[in-house]
Amino acid sequence: MDNAIVATHPHTHETAVAAEHEHVVLPQHRHHFETKEQQREAATFGMWLFLLTEIMFFGGLFFAYLLYRNWYHDAFVVSSNQLSIPLGAANTAILISSGFFMALGVWAAEVQKKGLLVLFLVLTTFFGVAFLGIKAVEYHEKWEKHHIPGAHFDVSEFINPQAYGLKEKPLAPDMAQKTQVFFFLYFAMTGMHAFHMILGIGLLFWLTWRANRGEFSSGYVAPIENFGLYWHFVDIVWLFLFPLLYLINRHPGS
Amino acid sequence: MSATHTIVNLPDQRTATLPKRNYLNNEDGLLSWLFTGDHKRIAILYLISITFFFFIGGAFAGLIRLELLTPQPDLVASDTYNKFFSMHGIIMIFLFLVPSVPATLGNFLIPIMIGAKDLAFPKVNLLSWYLYWIGGLFTMAALVLGGVDTGWTFTTPLSTHYLNTHVVTAATGVFIIGFSSIFTGLNFIVTIHRMRAPGMTWFRMPLFCWSNYAASILMVLGTPVLAITLVLVALERLVGIGVFDPTKGGDPLLFQHLFWFYSHPAVYIMILPGMGVISEVISTFSRKRVFGYTAVAFSSVAIALFGFFVWAHHMFIMGVSNYSALVFSLLTMLVAVPSAIKIFNWAFTLQKGSITFETPMLYAFGFLGLFTIGGMTGVFLGALGMDIHLTETYFIVAHFHFVMVGGMLMAFLAGIHFWWPKMTGRMYPESLSKLAAVTTFIGFNLTFLPQFILGYLGMPRRYHAYPPEFQVLNVLSTAGATVLGVGYMLPLLYLGWSLKYGAIAGNNPWQATGLEWQIQSPPLTENFIETPVVDHEAYDYEWLAHKTAQEVTTVG
Ligand code: HEM
Ligand SMILES: [Cu+2]
Repeated sequence: MDNAIVATHPHTHETAVAAEHEHVVLPQHRHHFETKEQQREAATFGMWLFLLTEIMFFGGLFFAYLLYRNWYHDAFVVSSNQLSIPLGAANTAILISSGFFMALGVWAAEVQKKGLLVLFLVLTTFFGVAFLGIKAVEYHEKWEKHHIPGAHFDVSEFINPQAYGLKEKPLAPDMAQKTQVFFFLYFAMTGMHAFHMILGIGLLFWLTWRANRGEFSSGYVAPIENFGLYWHFVDIVWLFLFPLLYLINRHPGS
Repeated sequence: MSATHTIVNLPDQRTATLPKRNYLNNEDGLLSWLFTGDHKRIAILYLISITFFFFIGGAFAGLIRLELLTPQPDLVASDTYNKFFSMHGIIMIFLFLVPSVPATLGNFLIPIMIGAKDLAFPKVNLLSWYLYWIGGLFTMAALVLGGVDTGWTFTTPLSTHYLNTHVVTAATGVFIIGFSSIFTGLNFIVTIHRMRAPGMTWFRMPLFCWSNYAASILMVLGTPVLAITLVLVALERLVGIGVFDPTKGGDPLLFQHLFWFYSHPAVYIMILPGMGVISEVISTFSRKRVFGYTAVAFSSVAIALFGFFVWAHHMFIMGVSNYSALVFSLLTMLVAVPSAIKIFNWAFTLQKGSITFETPMLYAFGFLGLFTIGGMTGVFLGALGMDIHLTETYFIVAHFHFVMVGGMLMAFLAGIHFWWPKMTGRMYPESLSKLAAVTTFIGFNLTFLPQFILGYLGMPRRYHAYPPEFQVLNVLSTAGATVLGVGYMLPLLYLGWSLKYGAIAGNNPWQATGLEWQIQSPPLTENFIETPVVDHEAYDYEWLAHKTAQEVTTVG
């Protein structure tokens, strides 16, 4: 067989045998990697690249947001006043807690403590779900106030804030229309973020199930580590969304 | 064998057989293919799928040209015509050009070329193929349900406001296909970084790997921007909100920025892998290391990076400021530099080499000629004044067909012929394949050279009728398209034939140096029995001669 001509280095043969040996010890070791180390590095590197694509993905939305914030500044200010800082802040705290427990989970996997790992994964999930719950409350409120872009959107509140007991300065009707752009971006950005959370929570259930079976208690922690990266990424996106949408420039000219 | 065919080195056909065990017969049954993790099988799945979509896209091209045979709109009404060219464009770009070389040849070869057993993530690789099909089916559904008439660019506010067609369905399709290409790119990058065999340093890597690596960077960074743009288009259509629609406070220019931020680099996603093929073919058939290997390798990466800074040259007539138009015009000229580096280095390689004209080499020469013309006319278009005269005319159509069809498709065919013996273990019939190469070249020029003139004379693109004085050139173009169509059908037929009746190719019919030629054809599922240790550069023909001599003494 011609293959032999390329590969006659004696050293490689040993590594191949060693890899074969590991194959038996570690069921998670995939056949096409030379070593466990190589497999782990590849997975982590792949995850970082994936997060890079995610940054570009959200980047398009941030780009749109920044552009329109400049153009329709007044509409964006008034609309962002419609968002509840307490709810947003609570959510930030909740998400940070969730990220904190995820980090503990990665640690627990590394020191091979199965019980702790499962506990931390459950806590991560719990805070993740709580975040989505609060988000649902906020969305519902927008629905009631007719601030969902599309057919039922109502701008009268922005044209005539006094009638609604608000202290905003009134907007001209065409600028008031631009509040729709804000809310569209608000829903697009937080919706995309929430979608990532939902996916993440799905993965958390699956990881918890596997952790419970003891799969990550033997030194094989790549899935937990890489999911940790993903979860932190989702946290970080929120840490940009919260100030951009809720906090900055709430009271211009005042 | 005649003097011009000194390279082909087939085993004795009376005794030769295909290897008993190889990746094709390792497992049987449809399911073993549909659930395979083997990069080579996935490559074959892609090859079949991409060919399928190519011919559907081609059928639309035929319909377009048929309509344009006469100045009157006699075949179809204008909105049907719009749907024809939209589907032609969408299918050709997203379902053919973007995945063509990477998903087929790249998938098959990159792991072997760097001495790995598979790509880093075989399951993700298979998932890419399924995403390709799901996206493809959405696109087809948009077609069957009534078509899209926005062109492949989904330009807003046309796509979000005025038309009532299946933009959302088609955009969903393209979105999904986008993820297929993101995952392919990601897989390639990780594989090339982490799975090279001992001794396979970055600068021993074949240029095909370099160019696919560069294209992968573009896929990974650019495609998500396209994806989010399409999400916004779809949302805007569904809820009727203005992100891009000026009547609702949106800005169509934002769409242009986001779209071209992907789509300009996308032309390099399409062409770079083809350039990689050309490097391999030219080196093999002139028996020379590619002149200026390092420059060619880096120029791929340079093209990838510069590609992100020139998108606004698609927007010169759309109200970007004069200042930024000037900057983008200059930047556009800059991108020509790394492409030119490649062309010059190929020319130098040829100049010093001992050249033979096998079929892949014929296609490669076709590539060189056509891509150079396409590229130079691109520089015209980058020049601000020229662009304003020529944009949205047939000059543009001719320009990008020279680059994409003349360049990329020639490269794809060069590559398919070049590696066919490796993929299938068999040769294709030689004179037919040469006939096909020549037919394609003639048909191509006859189709698209008249379109440069048409564009220069002012015939706008995307119209189904035109003033009678343009007819002669249009008839020529349609005649050329027919010849071209024959040129594309021929390989389909004889390659299919060769699967059963082609001569047994042996391991290294071209006497080429790449690792892929040192293993059996078709390869084993695991590629290498033992991981190879690489101790020579890519294209080191002296190493090969030495190795072959050794082989002869030990075997004979
Ligand atoms: C038989 C060969 C082909 C012919 C005769 C042909 C013809 C045409 C024509 C006439 C148009 C312009 C429609 C218009 O703007 O009015 C067009 C557009 C286009 N073609 Fe082709 N084509 C051929 C092959 C291909 C191939 C092989 C590809 C890609 C690999 C391709 C990609 C495109 C793209 C991307 C567009 C732009 C569609 C748009 O304007 O939205 N074409 N083609
Ligand atoms: Cu461009």
